[in-house]
This record gives sequence, C-alpha cells and structure tokens, in this order.
Amino acid sequence: MYLFHTEADRRAMLESIGAASMEEILHQQIPENARFDRTLDLPPAVSEMELQREVVRAAAENASAVSHVCFMGAGAYDHFVPAAVDAIASRGEFFTSYTPYQAEVSQGNLQAMFEYETLVTQLTGLDVSNASLYDGGSAAVEAVIMALSVGKGRKRVVTAATVHPEYRQILETYLHGLGCELVTAPLEADGTSSSVTELIDDQTACVLIQHPNFFGRLEEVAEISAAAHAAGALVVQVFDPISLGTLKRPGDLGADIAVAEGQCLGNPLAFGGPYLGVMACRNELVRRLPGRIAGQTVDRRGNRCWVLTLQTREQHIRREKATSNICSNQTLLALRATVYLSLLGPQGLQETAEHCYRKTRFAQQQIESLQRFSLPFTGPVFKEFVVKDHQGDVQGLMAAMLEQGYLAGIPLGTWYPELQDCYLMAVTERRTRAEIEAFGQALSNVPSSGVVAGA
Amino acid sequence: MRNTQSTQLLFELSRSGRRAALLPDLDPEVAAAGEDLPAEHCAASPPPLPELAEGDVIRHFTNLSTLNMSVDTHFYPLGSCTMKYNPKRNERLAALPGLADVHPLQTDESLQGMLRLLYDLQNMLAEISGLPAVSLQPAAGAHGELTALMVAHAYFAKRGEDRPVVLTADSAHGTNPASAAMAGFETKAVKSNADGLVDLEDLRSKLNDRVAVFMLTNPNTLGLFDHQICEITAAVHEAGGLVYLDGANMNAILGLSRPGDFGADMMHYNPHKTFSGPHGGGGPGAGPICVRDFLEPFLPSPTIEHDAEQDRYRLQYDRPESIGRVRSFFGNTGVLLRAYFYIRSYGGEGLRQVSEDAVLGANYLLSKVKHILDVPHGERCMHEFVASASRLKKEQGTSAMDIAKRILDYGFHAPTVYFPLVVDEAVMIEPTETESKETLDAFAEALFRVTEEAGDLIHEAPHSTRISRPNDVAAARKPIVKWTEGD
Repeated sequence: MYLFHTEADRRAMLESIGAASMEEILHQQIPENARFDRTLDLPPAVSEMELQREVVRAAAENASAVSHVCFMGAGAYDHFVPAAVDAIASRGEFFTSYTPYQAEVSQGNLQAMFEYETLVTQLTGLDVSNASLYDGGSAAVEAVIMALSVGKGRKRVVTAATVHPEYRQILETYLHGLGCELVTAPLEADGTSSSVTELIDDQTACVLIQHPNFFGRLEEVAEISAAAHAAGALVVQVFDPISLGTLKRPGDLGADIAVAEGQCLGNPLAFGGPYLGVMACRNELVRRLPGRIAGQTVDRRGNRCWVLTLQTREQHIRREKATSNICSNQTLLALRATVYLSLLGPQGLQETAEHCYRKTRFAQQQIESLQRFSLPFTGPVFKEFVVKDHQGDVQGLMAAMLEQGYLAGIPLGTWYPELQDCYLMAVTERRTRAEIEAFGQALSNVPSSGVVAGA
Repeated sequence: MRNTQSTQLLFELSRSGRRAALLPDLDPEVAAAGEDLPAEHCAASPPPLPELAEGDVIRHFTNLSTLNMSVDTHFYPLGSCTMKYNPKRNERLAALPGLADVHPLQTDESLQGMLRLLYDLQNMLAEISGLPAVSLQPAAGAHGELTALMVAHAYFAKRGEDRPVVLTADSAHGTNPASAAMAGFETKAVKSNADGLVDLEDLRSKLNDRVAVFMLTNPNTLGLFDHQICEITAAVHEAGGLVYLDGANMNAILGLSRPGDFGADMMHYNPHKTFSGPHGGGGPGAGPICVRDFLEPFLPSPTIEHDAEQDRYRLQYDRPESIGRVRSFFGNTGVLLRAYFYIRSYGGEGLRQVSEDAVLGANYLLSKVKHILDVPHGERCMHEFVASASRLKKEQGTSAMDIAKRILDYGFHAPTVYFPLVVDEAVMIEPTETESKETLDAFAEALFRVTEEAGDLIHEAPHSTRISRPNDVAAARKPIVKWTEGD
C-alpha cells in the first residue's frame, strides 16, 4: 500500500546484500525462541474505499458539535476555527516534518515556535514560554513539579477545589510517586475557593489556582498571589486563553507560572486530544522550564535564525537529572494556535471574549427564568456556569436534551457529590441568540422524568 | 533589492488597525444581557498581539513552510525516529466531523462509534504486542514509560515489596532514566557488551530484590535484535523484577516477534513511528501501553469496556486499584485513530511485510554504507544501523556533524548523529520501508561523495540552505526566547 518494492526490487536488493532470502536475514537476527511463528490475528486488510465506508459509518454513530448544538465545556470548547488555520496546518512541510534538531532545514518550524512563544508571553504577561506541552492538565502538573524543584525542600502543594478536577487527579497521581503532600481548599458557597490562602504555610512550595475557575467563576488571584508570596510560595495559575481578551493577565495578577489548555486556540475537540499544553513563567525560572524552547541566534554568515535552545535541561543530555522526561511537544497544535492568534489579533481576541461573556450572561438569563432551574453560584462568570436542576435528575435531563439535538452540559456529581443535582455549561462565541433561546425552550420542554414526550 | 518580507517575524509585519478575523455583530439584546464584568478583573486593553490581514498570515506561514524539510518533500534516513510516509487517507478520516468534533465528556451513549474504534485498536495493539491489557491514555512515548513505571510501582506496593531501583540499558533513549526519576525511582545503567547488546553478566550483577524494572529497547538503538532476549527476561523475572520494553523500534518486528512472547511485561508504542502519523515538527504523538494481565488493575482510568451481551461500549472509571489519571480527558485520540486506520489498511500479513521491507531496506543500505563508513556492530541489522565517522574524523577531519550538515546540500535530511552514546561519532541510519531502491541508491551515492569531500566545503556546510551552522552556544548563553520590540 505504502510500500515501494516490486518483487524484482526485493530480489535485487537481497542479491546486493548477499543474502539468499529474507528468512535468512531474519533468522540471523531473531533467535528461534523469540520468533513469532503465525500470522497476527487482526481484521483483514481493507482498501481505502472500504475503510472510508466503515469509518464514516462509525463516525456517524457519534453525536458531535457539528451534529448537535454544543454547550459542553470543562476545559474543551467549541470555538470557531478560521479556515486559514487548517490551510496552513495541513501543509505537508509543517505536517510531516521532524523535530527541528537540524536547524538549517527547520527554520519554518523554529520560527513558528519562536513566534508561538512570543504570543504566549504577550497573552500571559509573563517573561518566557516553552514551545508547548501535552495538554492543560499535564502542563499544570509540570508547573507544580517545577515549583517543587525551586522550593528548597518544601513538599506541600496547596490547591483549590475549583481547579479542574481531572487536573487535580493527574497531580495526585504524579505527586504520589514524588512523595509530596497535596492539600485542597474546599468549594465555597459562592463557587470560589477563597479559603485557599488559609492553607498556605512555610512548607508550601506552591499554590495552584484556576481563574476563571472550573465553574467559570472569577477568583481573587491578586490576593491569593500576595498571600502565597508572603509565605515564600510560588503561584501557578491555570487560565483560559480566550478570557484574556478582556480579563487581566496572569503575570499582571502575580502568577509565577501560568498554564492553560490551548485547545481553544484553533484546535478541534477531537474527543480530548491531541491537545496543547500552554506554559509561561517568570525569567528566573527559565532554566527549570520543561519541554522544548526555540531561541534566537545568528548563523556563521551572521543571519538571524532560530534553534532549539537550553537543551541541557532535557533528557537527552541530563538523563535522570533532566527537569522533565518530556521529549516531544505539540508543535503542530502550537502552530495552529500561532496562526489562530495571528488571525484574531488583539481586537479579534477581545471581541471573541466579549461574545463569550455576553452570550453566557444571556444564556444564564434564559435558564434562570425557568422554574425548574437556578444558578447556585452568585458572582461574575466567564464563558461557563453551573446550573442546578431542582428536580435533581441531571443525567436524565442531559439524555433528553441529547435527543433534542443538544450537547447540553456536564453533570457535576462525579467530581463534586455536593453538586449531584447540578451541571456545568459553556457558551462560546459560536452560539447564536436563536440557539440559546431554542435551548431554553428545549430545557423547559423536558418533563421531570427526563423522557421527552413523543420522543 | 531583495524582498525580505518572508523572513520577518509576525510582529514585524504587524500594522496597527489591520485585521483578519471578523466576528458577527453581537445581537443588541444579547449585548444588553446582564451587568458588565467587574472593573477590577478587566484589563485596560487586550494583549499586545500582532495585527495582520489574512493574506499576511497565509503568505507568512506558507513561506515559512518552504524552509522546512519534511517527509512529503524529502527522504529522512533518521535512525531511531522512524520518519516514514504519512498516508493521506488517515488525515481525511481523522477529520470527519463525527471524530474531530466530538467533545471528550459526552456520554458513552453518544460515543458508540468512537468507543468501538478505540476498543478495536486496543485489541489490535494487544495482539501485536502479545500483551493483553491496554491503556490508550498516555500522550507520548515518554509519557507511556512514566505511566508504566507508575503501574509497576503500584504493583510492587500492593505486594508489599520495596523495590526502589530501575535499571536501564546504557544505549537506551534518554527518556528511560528521566521517566524512572519522575516516577520516583533511582536508576542504574546496565552496560552494553562489545557486540552492542546487553552485557548479561553486568545485568546479573545488578539484579536483586531492590530492582523493580529493567527497561530495554529491542531491537536496540544499534538496530540489533538482542539474541539473548529470553535469557535477559528470565533473569529479571527470576530476581522478581519486571521487564519494560521501550517500543520505539516496534516497526522492525511487526508480525515477526512479540514482546509479550519474549518476556516483556510492559511496553509502550510510538504509534507515529510504528504505524505512521505525521510528526508535525515534533508532535503530537501518543504513547499507548500494553501490559500483562496481572498489571491490568493498576492501569490509569478510564479504560474502555465492551458489554458483549448488549453490544455496548463504555468508559470505565471505577477502577479501585488504578494508579489514577495521567492525562486530562481520554488521550491523544486523533493520533490513535490514525494508528487504527493504518493497521486496518494492512492487516496481519501486510504488517509483517512492512517490517520485512523496513529490515530489507536497512540491510540493503548497510551493505552499501559499510564500504563508505565503518559499521562497528555487525554485517546485518534490523530496521536501522549505526555507522561511525570515527576513522574519517581522524584521517581527514570530517565529523559526524559535518556529514549530517553536508548531506543536507544533497537534498536529504541528515541521519541521526551522536546517538546512541555507545558509538563514537555515531551516524544512525533508518531508511524505513517507504523509500524506493532508487532513493536508497541515491542516498548512498550522496553519502559516498560527502566522505570524499574535505576542507571548508565540509566544515561550513550546508551551503544551499537559508542559514548555516547557527551559533547554539550563544543561543544558550544569553537566551533570546521571544521577540521584543526594538530587538
């Protein structure tokens, strides 16, 4: 299929090698006790046409943000992706190129990485950025590990219950191996974690917060940062890149390390991945920054150019003393984010943020007007909010809404038992007034049993 | 005057007031909804991003793309990193709305097609590896290593065994020791013998009841299948340890040999190497792991289960002994689906042919290269081999780096150089199965010519690229890692 050799080629090559057969070569290499002596039991090979037919059928069995109107968020969002993003990212020269170790033939990727890093510093108000990590969750964890490494023996990490629950789960998994303590500030009645400052002590290496938080609520980051810094701890802030069209930047709020899920910057939902881990930090932490970094230099002819730099932090040189074991980055997704931000510019990002904010408010009003629902958390939100179902049948409600063509939200009971009767919904710039109004209408049509009449 | 626009940065092309993306007008009723964001949270102005027209952006990045080598345009004889052709059908299928536009937190009921594809992929990866239990969650090969080591940690903890040591081969990828350290283990290196294989005596001397895992790559980074593999795995098992197989070189043994059969207990795949997937300039990849059934309870959550009775697929989060979660949401699904498409396109016999052709191509190139450079470890290889420029360097001053840089002028990507560390002036070559005999001949010819050259022509190469021999030392000493106005 993607093989080149004709039988004549194979014979000629074997002859040139001086081997009688392929078996001979393989038998010389693989000892008898390690040879696999049957054919792999896999489904039979299919042609492109058959494969396409099968996969199209499987894809059609899924609901998606194309077949349904999407109000789901929680770290993965249905934002608009301009056509120019796909046009650039699908160029084979970007798509099928290798890690830019040979800088001379990788200037396109290296310059794009350098531009990505610059855009991230502009977004976050911090000094330096790497060229991306796996996803938002692992970026948050790498940031905490980075803070622990400068924490001079401090082994306590304080986080808020309002940080994405999956990010906290990953953190728990990693910290277990590293023998560190994780303490979590509880969820307050207003949907924030304002008591996080009370848990900070002189053994705390860092505080992990999210703003806007998992529920879309704004947190008082500047106050939390001040308290953390007073205790000698660093602040890691998880942020929503789109929110920075209007909200103050992490660097301006006192965060030392800022991390984000970059899926919202021109990348598809793709059932959770591949995604883009965004990370920026203050200058003094640059040599502890995990992942790849592109830097500027000159070549022997004096031309400005770009290379992968500070590689002594990485595992191919430092091995067990590396700052992280991460050996790849998400270049292609970082490229998409770079193109996306270039297309939006400051004005476009501001307008996108404004759309998200206003449409979220509008959706809140629609839902609040329905008797069955209320909004349990008071106070300002961005792009996302919690809805309480007074009939308490969130799963049934979501299933009924799916039937009516909506990805309506995410039940919260799995992560927050106290929010068993609540769900989280997100409203991006893609949602129209008509969609939001129809959504409100559809919600009001769902009987309490969760079964739609006639459906 | 030459047009230099294409080498400017986005930020230098920016003009105040220029715009590309326009949003629809905000409906006045929506705009009037509720109060404004509290002023104390709002920035005075949006971030200082560049201001460009769509044409600026397209031309800028299109021109940048032409400064890259890529598999679509060039041959990459890149040992260990397996850069092979990326089938176009995979891209079209992965972009189907029912796959690309699926939200990760949808209900199982709304995901049956997706879960079936991924469940089938799990089974196929298990069959190819000979290891029955699979987690698709890890986001990259190194992430797979880390996840598997955490699994091993949990396994020994459950058994009440204190085993703080991980052994790695000295020829291993640098991620092996780094992953072990991240998982909280101390690492010790096991030596290679004169043949480039695991030094069995050294391994035996380091095995004891403190060793949790031996991590090795087989075929190894010299492109050799370790013929003692069954003795090695038996020795580790006898000492109560587990064997981790770095699956970076699985493309050499598809249908020819299975890690589970030769004694590995855990492994990761690099699906972008083994089953093809665009490297995208350094990522994304994925790092699914396969393990023995007694390690299954410890795999990260969620896993995919199939209820045969109702023929329904579901994500299983309720896994009490699991190490927990290692990545948000499900995993690098887009990459995993490409692996699925690739395996389905070949089937069992096809995959075996893939590996046979990869091995054939490498041996063919080896038979030519050995007349040009020394190949210290053997007349035959699996899918790759390591030559040494050591003699050439002594005799005429040409280093592995010189060869790598000069070969770029001939229109080939450079081979991997200076890895593995166990070979002096290493030049590591992997042709892959998706290169024709003509291409391999042309590369061997170019390599021969390069070794005949000398002086500045070699030391100042490449000559045909936009830049040549960037100053890495200056870049690291005083790092400039972002554009600043006025620089």
